[in-house]
Amino acid sequence: MKKYKEVSIDPTTQKMYERAQELGIETVWERLEKQQPQCGYGLLGICCRNCMMGPCRINPFGGEPKRGVCGADADTIVARNLLRMIAAGAAAHSDHGRHVALTLLVAAEMAEKFKKEGKPVLELDNMASNTLPYQVRDPEKLKAVAKRLGIETEGKSIRELAKEVAEVALRDFGKQDEEPLEFLKAYLNPKTYEMLEKAAEKAGMPWFEKGVLPRSIDREIVESLHRTHIGTDHDPVSILLHGLKTALGDAWGGSLIATELQDVLFGTPKVIKAEANLGVLKEDYVNIVVHGHEPVLSEKIVEAAQDPELIELAQKLGAKGINVVGMCCTGLEVLMRHGIPIAGNFLQQEMAIVTGAVEAMVVDVQCIMPATVDVARCFHTKIIDTSPIATFPGAIHIKFDERRADEIAKEIVRTAVENFPNRSKQRVEIPKEKMSGYVGFSVEAILEHFGGSLKPIEEAIVEGKIKGVAGLVGCNNPKVKQDHNHIKIANELMKRDVLLIGTGCWATAAMKYGIFLPEYADTENVGPGLREFAKEWGIPPALNMGSCVDCTRMLVLADLIARDFNVPISALPVVGSAPEAMTEKAVSIGTYFVASGITTHLGVVPPVLGGPKVVKILTQDLYDIVGAAFIVEPDPYKAAKLMYEHIMKKRKELGI
Amino acid sequence: MPPDSKPTIFINPAKCIGCRHCEIACAVEHSQSKDLFSAIFENPLPKPRIHVLPMGAYNVPMNCRHCENAPCMEVCPTGAIFKDEDGAVLVDVDKCIGCKMCAIVCPFGIPEFDALTGVMFKCDMCPDRRAEGRLPACVEACKTGALMFGTIDEVVSQVRKETAEKIIKLKEGEYKEEYNGWDLFRSFQAEVIRINEGESK
Repeated sequence: MKKYKEVSIDPTTQKMYERAQELGIETVWERLEKQQPQCGYGLLGICCRNCMMGPCRINPFGGEPKRGVCGADADTIVARNLLRMIAAGAAAHSDHGRHVALTLLVAAEMAEKFKKEGKPVLELDNMASNTLPYQVRDPEKLKAVAKRLGIETEGKSIRELAKEVAEVALRDFGKQDEEPLEFLKAYLNPKTYEMLEKAAEKAGMPWFEKGVLPRSIDREIVESLHRTHIGTDHDPVSILLHGLKTALGDAWGGSLIATELQDVLFGTPKVIKAEANLGVLKEDYVNIVVHGHEPVLSEKIVEAAQDPELIELAQKLGAKGINVVGMCCTGLEVLMRHGIPIAGNFLQQEMAIVTGAVEAMVVDVQCIMPATVDVARCFHTKIIDTSPIATFPGAIHIKFDERRADEIAKEIVRTAVENFPNRSKQRVEIPKEKMSGYVGFSVEAILEHFGGSLKPIEEAIVEGKIKGVAGLVGCNNPKVKQDHNHIKIANELMKRDVLLIGTGCWATAAMKYGIFLPEYADTENVGPGLREFAKEWGIPPALNMGSCVDCTRMLVLADLIARDFNVPISALPVVGSAPEAMTEKAVSIGTYFVASGITTHLGVVPPVLGGPKVVKILTQDLYDIVGAAFIVEPDPYKAAKLMYEHIMKKRKELGI
Repeated sequence: MPPDSKPTIFINPAKCIGCRHCEIACAVEHSQSKDLFSAIFENPLPKPRIHVLPMGAYNVPMNCRHCENAPCMEVCPTGAIFKDEDGAVLVDVDKCIGCKMCAIVCPFGIPEFDALTGVMFKCDMCPDRRAEGRLPACVEACKTGALMFGTIDEVVSQVRKETAEKIIKLKEGEYKEEYNGWDLFRSFQAEVIRINEGESK
């Protein structure tokens, strides 16, 4: 068994981990220990299970076997496995995006139907009716997205525009022509676009018709599976080029659609103060944790929890009220838009249940451990799975349907409320620690804060007050002490006057440590230039841009800066980092950052070291192909130094 | 085979990749069917006699050393532990009374107790395979060379030869460290351990 201080630097995780040990509850850290040693073939990426002549593995020490049964060598196998990881990550983000686009379409169609039926609803054209489960909460954003896409907005109702935008989005998923994605064309600056168009040619593969520009979100994912089928694509270069393409389909397609259309439906985040960490659970309240990634349902849960009837029921059952808190990226979605407190990041999902104070954990998709059900069995906590594509053995299944959203959300909240009397009060132990911070820095909110343009940031960069921008993203991984690398890298970069923007579990980590407070700029962890800049503009030294799907907000921001400087994104003093990467989505994000021109650091070694050619492509050759590459470094101090050096190199090249 | 050159299973932790294929192959070899797809449905399930232990950035396969002066054999009160002609230290299940003395004295923690049959079990260096001139199951399963089968002379002379070659190459300036993904991974792994256990610089 591990010592509690070895698993996390977060005091609430430490306490709850100790508590779990006291109660004999197995958690992620015990399971990781039981998996030791983890298979080196897998760790190096040289295990192939793609056909039934196998499974095959390659001897990494140079001896036999050097090739799989089909003749594939280590590099082919590593590249194929990596492409499948990218495809899975892109699929997860993009399917999320599709769900949002479909929800927007359903909302628009329902409004149309209501209108035809002559139902008495208010302001139907603006879809601001309370009788519709989903409305366009941000018509301005809808118009802005439509304009970007070249859709005529004049004289059209919100309902009509919503339908058209949703249709363009859905077309990007399934179109069959060779043209790049509509969303990509609408959002990506021409200089970067041109680089990507020529990327494959630079890599010696001119037969990639539009370079690595994705043509259809779904098609690139399907093609990834096709290329990696036995006997198809064997050259690590072409396999990885398609990896870039698939990841770009995620970035400027699936994920972008998710972010933009969620803003349209639920409102674009504005700067707001909120709280984070397990201390946001309330002892006297019905606690509902919304966990996963899609806000389509959790938005409704938040609404239902304000239903007077349900609050009354909670009070009748002895609670003071209903307390909805978030977890992982669903948590970040409702945090960004409504200031709903966030209970923690990935490695705290079991810890939240161990408090004994959670009536229901409502889960949707991605990064939800099936183990939550086992931990919940030790308490009164109910795990409620809601996505038709994510079912948890032993959980309560209340599957979601957009058309009956309100009804289902109320049923879920009621289930949680009715569970309150089952809580065993003497087993409740909620850590006190929580931290407040400013969140909600969407691109729109940043622009508004800086007076309508990014000029102040850009001038500060040119002046050298801030040296550059680092985008920090996602995940916890039990192989890394929770949040340790997130915070160390953040501090080391801020000390060097690098402005931070970030999303996902990194953002939750940063918030827990107070980094999203403007006061944090006064600490010794922030350099004098960044401190001055943050104070001048009244911002924290790091900006929370949302969930991991919202990494696209960082891309859009980088794109705007690149336009202002009139350079491709790869010329900017901008870096990315996933200090505690874990998911296939993180692999896709890292790849699309690099493909978009942002050199990206990974703090966890990805399963590629078994292929020397692949390693060289990823860490060196990509600089010539897309102007950015990967940095792999588990030590956060060394990593920050390497990232800073990259920023300084880019500054020099820009002549600033 | 002369008595001073008995075969044994050598381990090289630097080459152990932690796939635990040796454990599976061992269990299958000691199953009733000797076939993976059948073995996993047997009752009782077959058990491996070799175990891969994670030790920091290294993995160490632990199996019986088949000691020259085997303490397990000396301490066994019923004479259940004996050596066969190849020097393999074996357990006679008919004589074993399950007293676990062998486990107590073994410096490597090798003999294990099978609660179902009430007797000890340990690596037997695959007698059926040896009879057929085949490699022990674990050695055959190991694709990286972390497990080797041979006499001590064979193994050390091989190491001697490789090192001699390296010395000459170094002297001639021809020596080039070959890319080795596992060693690279291990160096990262050592960093991770250092960071997780304390502060890094």
